[in-house]
Amino acid sequence: MGPQQAVDEFLAEAEELLEKLSQDLAELGEGIENGDVNPDLLNGIFRDAHSMKGLSGMFGFNDIAELAHHLETLLDKLRLGKVSLSGILLDLLFETIEGVGLMVRGKAGDPDYTIDITPYVQRIENLLAGPDDSAMVSLETLNLDPSLLNVLTEYEEHRLQENLSQGRLLLLASIAFPLDSFDTDLSDVISDLKQVGEVVSTLPGAANDDPTRLAFRILFSSNLPLEKLSGRPNLSDCCFDIISESKAVTRAPEVLVPEKSAGRMPPPQPASEDTSLRSVSHSVRVDVGKLDILMNIVGELGLVKGSIAQVATDLSDAGLSQSRDLAKAVHSLERRLSELQKAVMDVRMVPVRQLFDKMGRIVRRMAQELGKKVELKTFGSETEFDKLIAEELADPLMHIIRNALDHGIEFPSERLTTEKPEIGSIELRATQRGNHVVLEISDDGKGIDSEVLRRKGIEKGLIAPEAQLSRQDLFGLLFQPGFSTRDEVSEFSGRGVGMDVVKNNISALSGIIDIDSTFGQGTKISLTLPITLAIIKALVVQIQGRDYAIPLTSVLETLMLEPGMIQTIEGQEVIELRRQTLPLLRLNRLFCLDEKTTSLGEFVVVAGFAGRRIGIVVEELRGQQDVVIKSLGRALSFVKGIAGAADLGNQKTVLVLDVSSLITDSLRGDVSPHV
Amino acid sequence: MKKILVTEDSAAMRGLIVSTLEAMGNCEVVEACNGFEALRMLPREKVDLIITDINMPDINGLELVNFCRSHTLYEQTPVIIISTEGSERDREKGLALGADAYLIKPFRPEELQQLVIKLLH
Repeated sequence: MGPQQAVDEFLAEAEELLEKLSQDLAELGEGIENGDVNPDLLNGIFRDAHSMKGLSGMFGFNDIAELAHHLETLLDKLRLGKVSLSGILLDLLFETIEGVGLMVRGKAGDPDYTIDITPYVQRIENLLAGPDDSAMVSLETLNLDPSLLNVLTEYEEHRLQENLSQGRLLLLASIAFPLDSFDTDLSDVISDLKQVGEVVSTLPGAANDDPTRLAFRILFSSNLPLEKLSGRPNLSDCCFDIISESKAVTRAPEVLVPEKSAGRMPPPQPASEDTSLRSVSHSVRVDVGKLDILMNIVGELGLVKGSIAQVATDLSDAGLSQSRDLAKAVHSLERRLSELQKAVMDVRMVPVRQLFDKMGRIVRRMAQELGKKVELKTFGSETEFDKLIAEELADPLMHIIRNALDHGIEFPSERLTTEKPEIGSIELRATQRGNHVVLEISDDGKGIDSEVLRRKGIEKGLIAPEAQLSRQDLFGLLFQPGFSTRDEVSEFSGRGVGMDVVKNNISALSGIIDIDSTFGQGTKISLTLPITLAIIKALVVQIQGRDYAIPLTSVLETLMLEPGMIQTIEGQEVIELRRQTLPLLRLNRLFCLDEKTTSLGEFVVVAGFAGRRIGIVVEELRGQQDVVIKSLGRALSFVKGIAGAADLGNQKTVLVLDVSSLITDSLRGDVSPHV
Repeated sequence: MKKILVTEDSAAMRGLIVSTLEAMGNCEVVEACNGFEALRMLPREKVDLIITDINMPDINGLELVNFCRSHTLYEQTPVIIISTEGSERDREKGLALGADAYLIKPFRPEELQQLVIKLLH
C-alpha cells in the first residue's frame, strides 16, 4: 500500500465513520425527546468515536486523534452514566464531530492541514467538570459467580449497575447449542431476549459434559416476569437463574405528559398561513408498480456504477493520474446508491399485520359457515416484509387457513369428547430470522396420521412399499400433485387439497414450506420467505464454463473440494462436513449440460435454507455482486431450479439459481428420483 | 507457517492489523469481526495466536480470553488483547484472565510485530 493510497483509504473510512456518527447522534437526539436513550446505540457511537481515534492515530494524524480522544472521553462518561444526556451535551457532540470532519476533509487536500482544537477541548472539559452523576450499587453482593464479574468490561459493569438501580429483574440464562449451528441459534435467542429486555453480556462456557455442544450464559435484564420468559419458543431450552429480583424503585416523580404533543412546547414554526394545511397526513399511498419501477432504476444504476468502476480500474491500470479521483467519486456514488437502495426497499416494506387482519376476517366468516368455534391468535404482526411478497402470500395463506379450519379443527362437540377446549385455536406467528421471515400457521385440531399417508403413498405408487421414509418425507407427500382428493382427505383429516398449488406459490416467492403434525393434537405449517425479492446480493460462480448467480442469503460457506473428499451413498454424492453428511448437487447433470472433465480445483458452495443444506459443486468462485432478479417469463416458468435472470453489468446475463427449489428437490431423494 | 486469528469489530482497524501482520510474511491471518465468529473459527482453524479487541458487542474480548483459557484445546494459545488509553481496568482484567500481552491503541506497527514474534517463538 503506497502512502497516498493509505491516506485515501483512511479518508474513505474516516468519512464513513463520521457519517455514521452524525446519523446515530441524530437518532440519539430523537431518543432524548422521547425520554428514552438506547444504550446499544450510545455504545455504538462510543465505539465509532473510539475507532476514529485509533484510526487517525495509526495514520499519524495526531490532531484528529486528540480531538477524537476528547470526544471518546465524553462519550465514555456518557455511556458509563457519569454524565447525563442533555440537549447541551448533544450539541457539543455534534460540534465536536463537525470539528473532526473539518480536519478530515482538510487533510484530503493537504495532509498538513489542521485547525485549533482548543475551543472544542475547552468546552468538553467544562462540561465534564460538573458533578459526577453516577450512583454505585455493589456488584459483589449479587447472586453472581465472581468469575463472571471478571469477564465483564467496565461498560458492561455499568449497564449491570444501571439495571440494578432501576430495580429490574436480572437473570442469567444458560443454554447449550450444537457446535455447527451455535452462532445462528444464539443470535436467535439474543435477539429474542433483546425484545423483552437488555442483554448485558454473553459468555461462552468452556468445558461441559457434551463435547458436541457449546454452552453459553447470557446475563440480561428482563422487562417480563420469569414465567412469561420460559413460554417464548426461542427461550424454551434456556435455564434461568435469578441474579436480582425486580423491585419497585422510588424515584423523583416524573412530570406526567398527557399525550405526545400536549405537554411539550410545539417546535417553533414559521408563522405562515398554510401551517394549518400542512401536516394533514404524513403518508402517501403509492401504487406498488411505481415502487417496482423505482427499484428497477436503482438496480440499473447499480449496474452503471459497476461499469464506471471498471473504467476507473482500467484507467488506473493504464497509469492515468486522474483515475484516483474517479475511483473516489465511484466510491461515494456507491455509498449514496446503497442508501438510496435501502430507502426504496424500506418504502416497500409492510407489516405482516395487514395480512393477518385479512386472515382474521376469513376465519370468522368460515367458522360461522361451518358451525365451528375458533379463535385466531396472531404473534409478531409488526414483522415487516416486501409488499409484493405480502400480496403474493395472501392466497396460499388463505388456503392453509381454510384447510386448518375445514379439516383440522373439529366440531365443538367432538372436541369436548377428546378433552380439548371447546374453542379451537389457530395461531399465526411471524418471526424475522436474518434476511428471512418465518410464518407459522398452527392449529390444535385433528392432526395428520403419517401412517395413513404412507399407505396412500404406496397405493398411488409414489413410494416403494419397503421405502424407509422419515416423518418429514411422509408429510412431504402432501405436496405431490394429485396426492389427495377430497374424499380421501376427509377420512384422515388431511390437508391435501391444493397443497401442491400452495407449495408452487411459495416456491415462486423463493420460499420453503414445511409441514409437521402430531396425530390427534394439531398441525403446524411453516413458511420461510425472503424479506425482499427485488435486489439481492449474489455469489457469482462458474459451472461448466457458464456463470450463475447464487443468492448470498442462502450461501452458508464455500470450501475447496479436495480429492478423496467425495463419497457415494446410495448413488448420491456426499461429503462429510464437520461430522455431518452434506449431499452434493452437480448442476451440469441437473441441467443436462455437456460434461467436461474438471476433476481438480473445484469448489463447493454450501447453501442452506430453512435448516436444510446442500453442496453445489462449482468450478470457480467469481465474487459477490448486487443483482436485480428478472423473471424468465411465463414461457419458461416450468424450468426447475432457476429463480430468474440477472444482468451482471458487463453486458452479460446470468441465470440466478433458486436454492430453495434445488434443496427441496434434491433432498426429496427417493420420493421423486427424476427431477 | 503460523496462523493468527484477528478479532476486531471495526473493519478499518481490522484491516490495518491484518496488513501489518501480513507485511511480516510467514504467517496466515484469519479474521473474525465479532466474538461469535471467533468462536466459530477456533475449532475450524488451528490457530497459533489470537489478537482480540476488548470492546465488542455481545461477546467481548475478555470473554474470549476466558473461554480460551478454560478450554483444553486453546489454553496454551497465546492471546494479545487490544485496548485503549483510559481502559486500564479492562486491560488488567484481561491479563488476570490469562491474556499474554496487550497493546494500547494507537500503537505502531512495529510494536504489534515485535509482540507477535515474541509470542510465536
